[in-house]
Parts: sequence; C-alpha cells; structure tokens
Amino acid sequence: MTHPVIPYVVAALLFGIGTFGVLRRRNAILLLMSVELMLNAVNLVLVTASVTVRGVLAAAGAAGATGQVFVLFIIVIAAAEVGVGLAIVLQLYRLQGSAEVDGVPLAEPEPSLADPEPSLADPEPSLAGPEPSLAGPEPERLREVAP
Amino acid sequence: MTVADVLLLGLGAVAVGAGLCVVTTAHLVRAGLYLVVCLGALAGMFLVLTAELVAWVQVLIYVGAVVVLLLFAVMLTRAPIGASRDLDRPVWPGLLIGGGAGLGLAGLFVDAFRWTSVALPAEPGGAGALGGEIFRSWVLPFEVLSVLLLAALVGAIIVSRPDVGAAR
Repeated sequence: MTHPVIPYVVAALLFGIGTFGVLRRRNAILLLMSVELMLNAVNLVLVTASVTVRGVLAAAGAAGATGQVFVLFIIVIAAAEVGVGLAIVLQLYRLQGSAEVDGVPLAEPEPSLADPEPSLADPEPSLAGPEPSLAGPEPERLREVAP
Repeated sequence: MTVADVLLLGLGAVAVGAGLCVVTTAHLVRAGLYLVVCLGALAGMFLVLTAELVAWVQVLIYVGAVVVLLLFAVMLTRAPIGASRDLDRPVWPGLLIGGGAGLGLAGLFVDAFRWTSVALPAEPGGAGALGGEIFRSWVLPFEVLSVLLLAALVGAIIVSRPDVGAAR
C-alpha cells in the first residue's frame, strides 16, 4: 500500500522548479537541464498513474502498463532533443562566443547585404566584451577538429 | 505510512532538493552533477513504484547518456570552472511563474487525491510486460519514434557542420 499523492506532489514541485530554471537561467546548457527536469516530472506523473490505476485498468480489460510505455517514449524523445539542442548550443557558441541565450539575434538579417551574417558574427559588446580573445580562435579550432 | 511511503518521501526530498540546486547553483559543472543526483533519485522512485524497466532505462539513458552530453556541452563551450556571476536573470518573474506552477499543480494533486492509498501491483513492470505492451498496442508510435531518432541524428549533424547548407 502506498499513497500516490507523495510522488504526484514531488512531480509537481519538480515541474515548478524546471519552469523556474527555464525562466531564470541565461546559459543555454542550464536551460536544457531545466527542460530535462520538467520532462522528468512528467515521467514521474505517468509512472505513478500507470502503477496506481493498473488494477482498475486490468479489471476493465484494458492494457495495464501504458503509462510506462509512454515514459519510455518520452525518454527517447528527450535524448533526441538533447542531441539536437547540443548541436544548436555549440553553433550558437561558435557564432557569438558565448552560450547565452539573451544575445541571440531574433530578427532576420537584411537580405540585401553582401556579407551574409554580419549581425551574427559580431557579438554584442556587452556580452562578449571581456573575452574577444577567447571567441576569436575558437571557430577555427572547432572546424579543424570536426572532420 | 508504509516502507514504500517512507522511501518515496525520502527520495522525493532528495530529488526536489537536488533540482533546486540545479537551478540555483552558480557552477555550471555542479549543476550537471546535481542533475545526476536528481535523476538518480527519480530512478529510485520508479523502482519503489515497481516500474523496474523504466528505472533502469532512466539510469542508462538519462544518468548515462544525457548528462554526459550536457557535460560535453559545458566543456565545449569553455565554461569557467569556478562560479560564474552572469548566469541568471532577475529572480522574480521566474519565481512567480515557476512557484505558481509548482505549488498550483501540487495543490491540485493534493485536492484530487487527498490521503488515499493504493495497493502497488504485485508483479513489477519488467521488460516482458512492457515489451508485450509496446509490440501489441504501440507498434506504430514505436516505429515513428525510430524515424524521429534518425531525423534528430541527421539534423544534429547538419546543424553542427559549417560547410553543409552554408550561405553561398
């Protein structure tokens, strides 16, 4: 016998913590970690629901472990999300010299410019001010290692 | 209060505490390590809830692969080893919305479930039961998911290679 309210409340608190992290953190990697917290809160809700209503579902003739199957699916999707997110974070770092999401230019670059990405290539001085020497050689080094 | 309740309370407290550390610490690497603690405690909760296969998959994929990927990202973006001061935005909007969402959902659950108790299933959700379920009822989502993984793989390669699809 167990009280299902305990894991449910833990999941709700974890989801709130994840939301807080997404809104508060400025670094893209910490943002990804907060998203993982939210996904895990949902996983906990699904597992608890699957375990606690299984008897009812089995009595009704339906399948019993559907929630756990969904949790497996969510874990796979989270792994794919982290892979793509990591690629995007590295590209962001290569472009602007830091992994901070506040400096991402959201507007489309002007199509008539000759140089295709001037607004992306030069980071804002307030963000990358202390480390231009760090940001400078990095793209070359990454590009050499990549193939 | 049974043994399962005590275990769930303890592991849940560890998970919530480690989660709080993840979103408040000023060290990037420590945030990743706290995330390991949080996900491990969640895997323990899955075990207590008799979701055995899910717990081991959680340990394998989350604690193993995802956290390692995140730590790789920390290293590849040359994060500072010590504390960094500029990781955070002002705290109030996040506290308002995150705390509101968390406490609101918790209140909803408490109101819905009160202190009812449920018998845990006798047989754990092992690979046999879950495999039967996946391949009987959920074959199509399973296959779509494999295509999604392939798409994510190709997408990650294309995004991270500067010479593919570059502006000409």
